[in-house]
Amino acid sequence: MPAESRDLSAVAAEPGSPKPDPILVVDGLQRSFGGLKAVDVDHLEIQRGTITSMIGPNGAGKTTLFNLLTGFDRPQEGHWHLNGGALVGIPAFRVARKGMVRTFQLTKSLARLTVLENMLVAARDQVGESFWGSLFGRWKEIEERNRERAMDTLERFGMAHMAGEYAGSLSGGQRKLLEMARALLVEPELVMLDEPTAGVNPALTQSLLGHIQGLRDDGLSVVFIEHDMDVVQEISDWVVCLAEGRVIAEGPPGAVARNPKVIDAYLGGHHGEIDE
Amino acid sequence: MDLGKMLIDAGRAALGVPAATYALSAIGLNLQFGYTGLLNFGHVASMLVGAYGVAITVDLGGSLWLGVLVGILLSLVLALLLGVPTLRLRADYLAIVTIAAAEILRLLVRSSWANPLTKSVFGIQNFADSFYDLNPYPDGAFGIGSFRFTDDRFWVMTVAWGLVLLSTFLVWRLTTSPWGRVIKAIREDEDAARSLGKNVFGYKLQSLMVGGAIGALAGMVLAIDQQNVTPDTYQPLLTFYAFTIVILGGAGTLWGPIIGSVIFWFLFEFMNAFMTGALDQGWFGSVLNSADIGPIRFALLGAGLMALMIFRPQGIFGSREEMIIDAG
Repeated sequence: MPAESRDLSAVAAEPGSPKPDPILVVDGLQRSFGGLKAVDVDHLEIQRGTITSMIGPNGAGKTTLFNLLTGFDRPQEGHWHLNGGALVGIPAFRVARKGMVRTFQLTKSLARLTVLENMLVAARDQVGESFWGSLFGRWKEIEERNRERAMDTLERFGMAHMAGEYAGSLSGGQRKLLEMARALLVEPELVMLDEPTAGVNPALTQSLLGHIQGLRDDGLSVVFIEHDMDVVQEISDWVVCLAEGRVIAEGPPGAVARNPKVIDAYLGGHHGEIDE
Repeated sequence: MDLGKMLIDAGRAALGVPAATYALSAIGLNLQFGYTGLLNFGHVASMLVGAYGVAITVDLGGSLWLGVLVGILLSLVLALLLGVPTLRLRADYLAIVTIAAAEILRLLVRSSWANPLTKSVFGIQNFADSFYDLNPYPDGAFGIGSFRFTDDRFWVMTVAWGLVLLSTFLVWRLTTSPWGRVIKAIREDEDAARSLGKNVFGYKLQSLMVGGAIGALAGMVLAIDQQNVTPDTYQPLLTFYAFTIVILGGAGTLWGPIIGSVIFWFLFEFMNAFMTGALDQGWFGSVLNSADIGPIRFALLGAGLMALMIFRPQGIFGSREEMIIDAG
């Protein structure tokens, strides 16, 4: 992906600002739980080929927004488009096939499958995954190709030597890596990472961030939820800040960090102590 | 007390039709529960529709083979009816709905309203003559030493164990394919499977249907062996036998249901014979009488299952490593 597509200097640093080449466009998205409005996003565009960080205090609705966008939850109102195609009412597995793949805050490794099986299950277009195809289809050659791709990807993430181990025996950080590697086998255009660095030791965090940048360099678009401002500053091209379900600020990392609305949202009205 | 004879009787049960029937039933349940993680507490319902499918079809003048077809079709319809409304919900809903549905079905078959078709509590008898007409074995007894069976029993055993092997082959083909990898992924975490683009609902439904069809075969073997179907055979207890067998053998393992069933029936019959023998010897004094033996068998069975869960929760074929991962 050419670097100019990451140049967002011409984009206004204000909530809902239009982007030159958006991969994801959200309009009027609302989700309430009882009286609580968890997500209330008027307009949001995610630029293709960039790393967009989503920040905001606990309970800001970041994960709920992820759930809505990827089909894991249904909004009461609103619509959103991936590459111009509407995603309203599309089940989660179809959203993934359309090219938007997510990971989870609490890692969902398939514990009693090996690392390699975790990867292979994510591969696309395996005829052996249909019932009749598994019995009568010629899936072994496809399996061989998928296996090569899976091993290449594991190699890239430094996990090839663990291919035969149960995913359940990996450490928390390794599971995060596996989940990210696994998502790539779905061949996504947009990767949605829900707190990929949470609970990961600093050394592995650096390696994870390197991989996230690697995804962008390969032309993928990345949206990720992150709490650590240092991490956000380090790798984001653009930052979106949510509070109480709304987009209260967006812009380049430096500008958002200085934005008084963002500081207020994190520190509360009183500017007291923060625990992050 | 003749310990040798007890062992032989128990061995006969472990090789005979009961073990084969329950192995078949457990193979179906193992696909659903062991591989896909579906808590189907109404597995006995698929046995019931298989058995009644055959019995009613023959009773109405159809052939036995048409009956087999009807039984399998009914089990597929049953799986759809149970699965479509519940499989999108959490696992425990399926458990509740299936156990209730199985009981509703049994009571429906038992009701006087269904009498014209099912003969309610009296059931249907002698519908499998055409099966026994196909018996290729000459009259006489077959087997080795004490393990000899009449030609008719031997014929049922041949078919029953044949079906067990065929079903095991089917499950082997399915579970070692990419399809099997997806259902195992669903067992581990269905949201993860969804996030990777898998139609979780569709896979669960397929697993429920295939497992149900195998369960229906088990019901047919049971009915044909006894030449008799009555609604009260199909109590929830049968589902729990199947669960016990699956867990004993090792859930999610290929040979677990077969070995589990053989061991289950061996122990069950041995216990029965031993308790009866001990009672005759007066070992229990006046504490127990012969009417107590039946319930005590089940109590011991329950205690055995508890011991199994404590000391070898992964079953006979299960892997210790997988079990530890599962707990952690």
